[in-house]
Amino acid sequence: MKEVESKMLERAKVLLESGEVARVIGWRKGAFCHDPEPASFESVDELKDFVYDYFCGANLSKYLIAESKKEGKTAVFLKPCDTYSFNQLVKEHRINREKIHVIAVECMAKLDIGKIKAKGLSAVTGVEVDGEQVKVQTLYGEAVLSKTEIVLAKCATCNKTHQVKDEEIVLHERPVRDVNRFAEVEALEQMTAEERFKFWREQLSKCIRCNACRNVCPACSCIKCVFDNPQSGVAAKANDDKFEEQLFHIIRAYHVAGRCTDCGECSRVCPQGIPLHLLNRKFIKDIDETYGEFQAGESAEGKTPLTEYRESDLEPKDVLKEGK
Amino acid sequence: MQRIGVFICWCGSNIAATVDVERVADAVKKDQGVVYSATYQYMCSENGQQLIKNAIKEHSLTGIVVGSCSPRMHEATFRKTAEAAGLNSYMVEIANIREHCSWIHKDREEATEKAIILVRTAIAKVNLNAPLSAGESPVIKRALVIGGGIAGIQAALDIAEAGFEVDIVEKNATIGGRMAQIDKTFPTLDCSACILTPKMVDCAQNEKIDILSYSEVEEVKGFVGNFSVKIKRKARFVDEKKCTGCKLCMEKCPSKKGLDEFNMKLNKRPAIYIPFAQAIPNVAVIDPEQCIKLKTGKCGLCQKVCGAGAIDYTQKDEYIERGYGAIVVATGFKPIELNAFNEFGYSENQDVITSLELERIMNAAGPTNGVLLRPSDGEHPKVITFIQCVGSRDTSGCGKPYCSKICCMYTAKHAMLIREKYPDTEVHVFYIDVRTPGKNYDEFFRRAVEQYGVDYIKGMVGKVYNENGKLMVQGSNLIDNEQVLIESDLVVLAAAIEPEPSVRKIATLLTASIDTNNFLTESHAKLRPVESPTAGVYLAGVCQGPKDIPETVSQASACAAKVIGLLVKDKLKTNPCVASANETMCNGCSQCASVCPYGAITYVEKELRVDGKTELRRIASVNPAVCQGCGACTVTCPSGAMDLKGFSSKQIMSEVEEICKR
Repeated sequence: MKEVESKMLERAKVLLESGEVARVIGWRKGAFCHDPEPASFESVDELKDFVYDYFCGANLSKYLIAESKKEGKTAVFLKPCDTYSFNQLVKEHRINREKIHVIAVECMAKLDIGKIKAKGLSAVTGVEVDGEQVKVQTLYGEAVLSKTEIVLAKCATCNKTHQVKDEEIVLHERPVRDVNRFAEVEALEQMTAEERFKFWREQLSKCIRCNACRNVCPACSCIKCVFDNPQSGVAAKANDDKFEEQLFHIIRAYHVAGRCTDCGECSRVCPQGIPLHLLNRKFIKDIDETYGEFQAGESAEGKTPLTEYRESDLEPKDVLKEGK
Repeated sequence: MQRIGVFICWCGSNIAATVDVERVADAVKKDQGVVYSATYQYMCSENGQQLIKNAIKEHSLTGIVVGSCSPRMHEATFRKTAEAAGLNSYMVEIANIREHCSWIHKDREEATEKAIILVRTAIAKVNLNAPLSAGESPVIKRALVIGGGIAGIQAALDIAEAGFEVDIVEKNATIGGRMAQIDKTFPTLDCSACILTPKMVDCAQNEKIDILSYSEVEEVKGFVGNFSVKIKRKARFVDEKKCTGCKLCMEKCPSKKGLDEFNMKLNKRPAIYIPFAQAIPNVAVIDPEQCIKLKTGKCGLCQKVCGAGAIDYTQKDEYIERGYGAIVVATGFKPIELNAFNEFGYSENQDVITSLELERIMNAAGPTNGVLLRPSDGEHPKVITFIQCVGSRDTSGCGKPYCSKICCMYTAKHAMLIREKYPDTEVHVFYIDVRTPGKNYDEFFRRAVEQYGVDYIKGMVGKVYNENGKLMVQGSNLIDNEQVLIESDLVVLAAAIEPEPSVRKIATLLTASIDTNNFLTESHAKLRPVESPTAGVYLAGVCQGPKDIPETVSQASACAAKVIGLLVKDKLKTNPCVASANETMCNGCSQCASVCPYGAITYVEKELRVDGKTELRRIASVNPAVCQGCGACTVTCPSGAMDLKGFSSKQIMSEVEEICKR
């Protein structure tokens, strides 16, 4: 990963120095080794804080909505999963594609500090990844963990490949794995309606309405979100019952249905550990089963199953018949 | 703040018997905005309307709620009433307390409670209503008829007669439809072709009529007065303008394995063919499945012999787009598939045939040149058994639950014609009921029994099986209460009819509704029988329900009258309930445009000043002349920027809230 990082840094320098781009969007060192943050670098000088490591899980595509409105071109480093969100935003005319230079970078799965801490480790100062083994350094010594057990939820079931690239920095090919991303959804489907309701009620009751999931979500890119708009009649609607407030997540899932690329950012940023991506994945699975396989963001053009009518579309009565 | 008047109608006893109308009027008296409430025996009557007009003036009302029948019945009436009293017609809301309440409830207490809720819901909406005014849209003075059977032909001729242009789109190579396949017609027994083909010729010769045969409707956009239709002209591999219909190609074509669809596949035809002698247009068509040249690249005989140079193996499907003011659907029917009826052995026995097959066998231009010969060995059948209601009035799930309506009459016709032409033939008919309402119909049936000695047996057939070359028909005779076994040479099944399957696609393209049996739904079963609920779309013939030729022709002419009534207008009032985007909230994401069935949404780049900054934004823009107010965009818009006038999200939510208060 160090090698990849230095190549990225090298390119960022050249692009900024030559004036080819006005800024580079990447990750900047955080207060700890495990919390790098998305950042815009406008000069070579600023690049001293540039970082790309196993904790750079954040999806940078949403930042480009604002960046592509600015003067000059913007270069961005996109991991495979981020490129789907990028495409989707281009399709929705939210990003001006001409003003973006996409540098596709290799990923190899990112780590979840929450999962590392859950293994009983604290004060993590660094990690060294060697294949399946992760050597975690802490103030109190070293421990070796299995990588599979500590990757981000979104990486655990990821088989995404770069959909967009103006250039690429890929030194190692990530092996294609045989994973079923719908396994968890299938488990939920097996539950009775009561069990499922209980599951979600428990999960969603943890929500503190910090709006992190919405703010990070590349599909939630409305100029004015209905939840922030007193005119919409939605914002203050749901205060009668606690669970009603948590319908926020269900409304959100409906709003992004057919557009969600399954980038998994919602679950990554949730401070309460709610598996929000499962709501979206259930929609994705239903769309696949009802209208044929569809991956949002695979292309920046074409129609989507939920907004397109095809003669082969199921009739509502058949959906009800088959509905689970 | 609105000043609302509430008017509760008794509808005689229709509402008042189940709903305590006085209590309803009383309950809403003090609701927000309400300044007047009253009841009346018939609000739609002259006196009732006067009561509304007076109240509007006396109480300076700004909006009214009428608690009455369905808005489909009298919304237009009350809008006119309001307008006459100087109130904008879109300040009127109807609370349907008849169809949605009094007619479906028995308990007076419950119904009254519900009526109050429904009226309050309408009040909640009127509180948020704003006056709207209708625009105008031009009418394209040309009609489209989908289907070139007798229904389509009649409608087209009548419309053309009034001076309007009509296109007939027919999916087959010729117009004529099912009627062209029929030998004789009941109850007069005149030859079908003799009365149909002159009409086909009239169509071809009429300057106002354009026959687009071998074509299908692919896409429909627009709305009443202003449809834009994409039509696929399928490749027939023969130049329609050059072909003279000489049939030399048919003689020379070496591929003779195609089944003759016109003769119900009872005989073979060449790969290049004209469906029948009187086909319109009288132009050949190549069956690409059978043509050796198209399949292997070798042959080309027809091209060599064609003196007109009409054969073109490179022809491709073509698409044309045309504008229409009105559309008539006349897609017709087909007999049902009989594979599911094993008991009659249709698939196993060549001599078990359908009535339409018999029709071709009896026809002089049919596979046996009109001589009654059975398909298996070409012998004259001596004993013929007819079985009625095959798949009709069938609630087992195998067939159709409805009566196909025409079978009793054509079976009587067949039986009579056979007895007339071949008096030595024994004819039996199994029936459940014989249904012959219609002018001279029962007399016709009685002639078959009394004059021609046809043996009618009331009862159903359980089984048809082959025994030593004879078809054994085992059934019950309910009148004599006994089982009968009839040794027959030919068995004729009166198969149920169903709408031509392509009607489903047409219905979807036109957003016309269809019932569980795939028949198109009329706007009102009694009072608007030829109009589809989709404005500007009219229904003729069996696509709307089973019917015979006279009924089909009347319905087609009725359609034509409706179409003419529409096309004589230069302009139509448009619906003011159209969508529009809130510019500051619009993301410009294009989702609304992708769901808009009318293509009413485009995008503009616009400079907006938001929070002290000027920004160039991509914003949805709705063309109000094209928007039909369906609301698909409003529910698709993620930010809620799209809203519908007259049905704003706020209005709808206020109605929902009112209902949820209980």
